[in-house]
Amino acid sequence: MTSRIAAAFARARAEGRVAVFPFITVGYPDFETSIALVRAMVDAGADGIELGIPFSDPLADGTTVQKASYTALQGGTTPAHAIDMVRRLRLAGVEVPLILMGYFNTFLAMGEEAFIPDAARAGADGLIIVDLPPEESDPTLAICREHGVDLIYFVAPTSDDGRIAQVVGRAGGFIYCVGVVGVTGARATLSDELPAFLRRLREKTGVPLVVGFGISKREHIEALAGLADGAIVASALIDMLESSPREERVDRVRDYVEVLTGRAEANA
Amino acid sequence: MTTPAFPDELGHFGPYGGRFVPETLMVALNELTAAFREALADETFQAELNHLLRTYVGRPTALYYAENLARRLGGAKIYIKREDLAHTGAHKINNALAQGLLARRMGKRRVFAETGAGQHGVATATVCAMLGMECTVFMGAEDVRRQSLNVFRMKLLGARVEVVESGSRTLKDAMNEAIRGWVTHVRDTYYLIGSAAGPHPYPWLVREFQSVIGREARAQILEAEGRLPDYAIACVGGGSNAIGLFHPFAEDPSVRFIGVEAAGEGLTTMKHAATLSKGRPGILHGSKSYLLQDEFGQVQEAHSISAGLDYPGVGPEHSFYKDTRRAEYVSVTDAEALDGFRLLSETEGIIPALEPSHAIAHLAKIAPAMAKDTLVLLGLSGRGDKDINTVISALGIEP
Repeated sequence: MTSRIAAAFARARAEGRVAVFPFITVGYPDFETSIALVRAMVDAGADGIELGIPFSDPLADGTTVQKASYTALQGGTTPAHAIDMVRRLRLAGVEVPLILMGYFNTFLAMGEEAFIPDAARAGADGLIIVDLPPEESDPTLAICREHGVDLIYFVAPTSDDGRIAQVVGRAGGFIYCVGVVGVTGARATLSDELPAFLRRLREKTGVPLVVGFGISKREHIEALAGLADGAIVASALIDMLESSPREERVDRVRDYVEVLTGRAEANA
Repeated sequence: MTTPAFPDELGHFGPYGGRFVPETLMVALNELTAAFREALADETFQAELNHLLRTYVGRPTALYYAENLARRLGGAKIYIKREDLAHTGAHKINNALAQGLLARRMGKRRVFAETGAGQHGVATATVCAMLGMECTVFMGAEDVRRQSLNVFRMKLLGARVEVVESGSRTLKDAMNEAIRGWVTHVRDTYYLIGSAAGPHPYPWLVREFQSVIGREARAQILEAEGRLPDYAIACVGGGSNAIGLFHPFAEDPSVRFIGVEAAGEGLTTMKHAATLSKGRPGILHGSKSYLLQDEFGQVQEAHSISAGLDYPGVGPEHSFYKDTRRAEYVSVTDAEALDGFRLLSETEGIIPALEPSHAIAHLAKIAPAMAKDTLVLLGLSGRGDKDINTVISALGIEP
């Protein structure tokens, strides 16, 4: 059976598009709203969704995602809510890939042997663990493979060939390409070194390449055409939510994701 | 039993340690590991480090026979390793100097550091001033408030102090922010970690650079007493002064190690920093170790009257020592630490920092039951000038 992740990339590729994966922190701004936001993103043409499990010490995240995590935790969000959210979305008929993103301590505290199968049963397709490099990941990878979940690895512009080879040998689903040397957060422009970095990766693997960190505009996504298979948009979405009146949040997110996916242009 | 080969290639001390950081940092950590290995084997590096430890830091620091303290407590023969006499007033300079030289050797011109009490920040700023490097110190807003003297010292030394407002606004958050800063500037910046914590190679590297404490103490006590101590006692926050004191005795099973954590307002409250006593294994700041965390893995805020012990994590080698019972870990409260602070000040005319006051307080509990010839080596990691304001307000003393 083709996985939802593989199917999503196949579809985007067939349509000549760069797949768009919006991110939302589970429980931000509150649990019910975060579910409504995902549904709006899917309606707006998102190819998949990244669901962030809030952690108290998110050291790869800039201030935007830090604040969203803090808000979600203050609201009582637990890792179990992330699994609940996946289950609810599947019951509501959402068919795009749902990928859980978190920090490794969350998985250890919940027990990887229990949490990962639970996530798989709920309908999660992949896991992104920000602080789990390949050399520490094999036990987790074995559990993921057993339960049909893709463990998604990072490659950074600083990664040398040896490290890229370690990732390529293990990668499932897609490879998360860190777009900037830095923490998460919206940037005005893409890094100059990004095209060369992506070409270097493309020579080494056929696994889909997805760029995250710093992506905030449709033109960033268009610029990735031919270089990458997908793009993750996180901080820019949360920045927009932060500045939106409560009652307009869902509509504004739908509009914004329509712009990111190019659907707004197509409809115009 | 530990072996000198520890940690393994990936930085594991048994099940602890390792590297749990964003991919962006991994190559930098590999480069640091390689540079450290080369420096260890390079006689020129060692000669320069030793020269500066002698002429700049003022090593070897004294080993003081604390006869008055022993008499007051009624048991044990107590020797105090005087890291408070090192330049800048604490053991932190040993590691800061060595890593500063390593940074220069690696061609890095800019240094980031985190600090809790400010001692590591001051030590790093000092070394950067001496070596002509740019220095930024990340410090939690709460620590900036309670350690204002050290903030002023760092600025005087030419460092930039980044005040961290996130989370509990203490050492944990300063370290998060220092790591975020390093991720962003990894190509030209050296991250100078102050404790035997963080991702591999830091726990190993900091242990090696702090082991000068235990190596000197070993030689000094052998000269004074003709035998090894029965106990080595030190406070444990992240654990760098303790591991530096313990490590050179690691292969001497007759030397019992006691690490003293901060019990804050008490272990039955939520306000303590007794990671090894009350935590369970988890991951914070890039390594696996005991951690104060809730059932969902969220890191809990620590509390201690001493900013240097106010940390919910601990170095991975201490976790390994705990599980293998090579060391015993105990804790003392804020109030007991204040008693220890006064005890050493009054009996020996030595004003200790609040961090080692915890070790003194524990010694005061166990020494009375010891035989008169039981030999105790106490690590005095720093001097107490920085804590005077905290002590004045805690004890309600009129200056």
